[in-house]
Amino acid sequence: MPSLPTTSSPPSVSAQSPADLVEQIGDTPLLRLDAVAADLPDTVTVYAKAEHLNPGGSVKDRPALAMVRDGLERGAFGRDQTLIDATSGNTGIAYAMIGAALGLDVTLALPENASDERKKTLRAYGAELLLTDPMEGTDGAQRHVKALVEAEPDRYFYPDQYNNDANAQAHYDGTGREILEQTDGRVTHFVTGLGTTGTFMGVTRRLKEHRSDIQCVAVQPDAPMHGMEGLKHMDTALVPGLYDSSVADAHRTCTTEAAFNMTRRLAREEGLLVGPSAGANVASALAVARSLDAGVVVTILCDTGTRYLSDDFWE
Amino acid sequence: MPTTEATTVTIRIPTPLRSATDGASTVEVEGTTVNDALRTLVDRYPELKDNLYNEDDELRQFVNIYVGDDDIRFGDGVETPLEGGDEVSIVPSIAGG
Repeated sequence: MPSLPTTSSPPSVSAQSPADLVEQIGDTPLLRLDAVAADLPDTVTVYAKAEHLNPGGSVKDRPALAMVRDGLERGAFGRDQTLIDATSGNTGIAYAMIGAALGLDVTLALPENASDERKKTLRAYGAELLLTDPMEGTDGAQRHVKALVEAEPDRYFYPDQYNNDANAQAHYDGTGREILEQTDGRVTHFVTGLGTTGTFMGVTRRLKEHRSDIQCVAVQPDAPMHGMEGLKHMDTALVPGLYDSSVADAHRTCTTEAAFNMTRRLAREEGLLVGPSAGANVASALAVARSLDAGVVVTILCDTGTRYLSDDFWE
Repeated sequence: MPTTEATTVTIRIPTPLRSATDGASTVEVEGTTVNDALRTLVDRYPELKDNLYNEDDELRQFVNIYVGDDDIRFGDGVETPLEGGDEVSIVPSIAGG
């Protein structure tokens, strides 16, 4: 069974005082992977940051909150404005949840072929949806939002998650710091997939400041046509402004089949119901771990598997 | 009613795959089933093959194919019949954030 390291946070529900929903974002457990890592020597450990346990069900709660707070603090997000952004789903769900909790209007552009679970979740939080051409993917959703914002700049606050430094900063301030604390600074390798690249860029910057020899590995789909929702094949996509490929110590690719297989194993063998991008991360982290004689490898469980129950890869 | 003319259908190519089709967003092919049409497409643009088919030469599990608005998973799969003028879409997964 995976176990919580002793340095993880105490349970967030306490008898002390009620707290705001958004204060529950972050400080996620770091779980040691056991069954799926059974072939590794005792000197090599793989940990997964359980980001699917954030209140919105994904790692995106962190950057969404950081970008909203940054906009409010800078005065860029006025109370009469509507937040608008393009999303593959998770950042949108985070914006919609935070918007509902803080009383902010949220409009999201996402490709029409996003799963029903995602669209229904977004609508349940009260967000307005703009469904864009499935053939254009999230790049098309981004172009749609840019056109709307250019036409009516005063109406919208457009965080632009692909190009907003507050996205990566959320991972520098939160995810990266927590990984150092929860491993007592013993982390030797960090492995994660690229989407907006905020997680990779922010965590890597934090870890490298702590110890420059921590190896940071970026993971991409092996091909333009893939099934790892949330991950970007950079050669055939709009490359986020946040991304600097030179900060990675190594680049890896993952096949959809390997990601689906690990996603199934995480559910059945570890009790972790997470999505395919988490499967890709763990499969890649284990591949890195198998190349080591000793080390502490950390990766990210990006989102909850409940968002993919209508997909057919579980069998 | 079947006609003696060949069935010409339009295949819609998603942005990530257009580098393999010389930039074309649609390709016209002849075929009476989804399988016929996709095989003809892949013969014409061989770079697409590994994106659509696995090493056992089967359509990869995560490749989403629609005829009009209908996912072929809920029809007859690759044996879904086509009529002249049908639009076959190769729909990409949703990337990034």
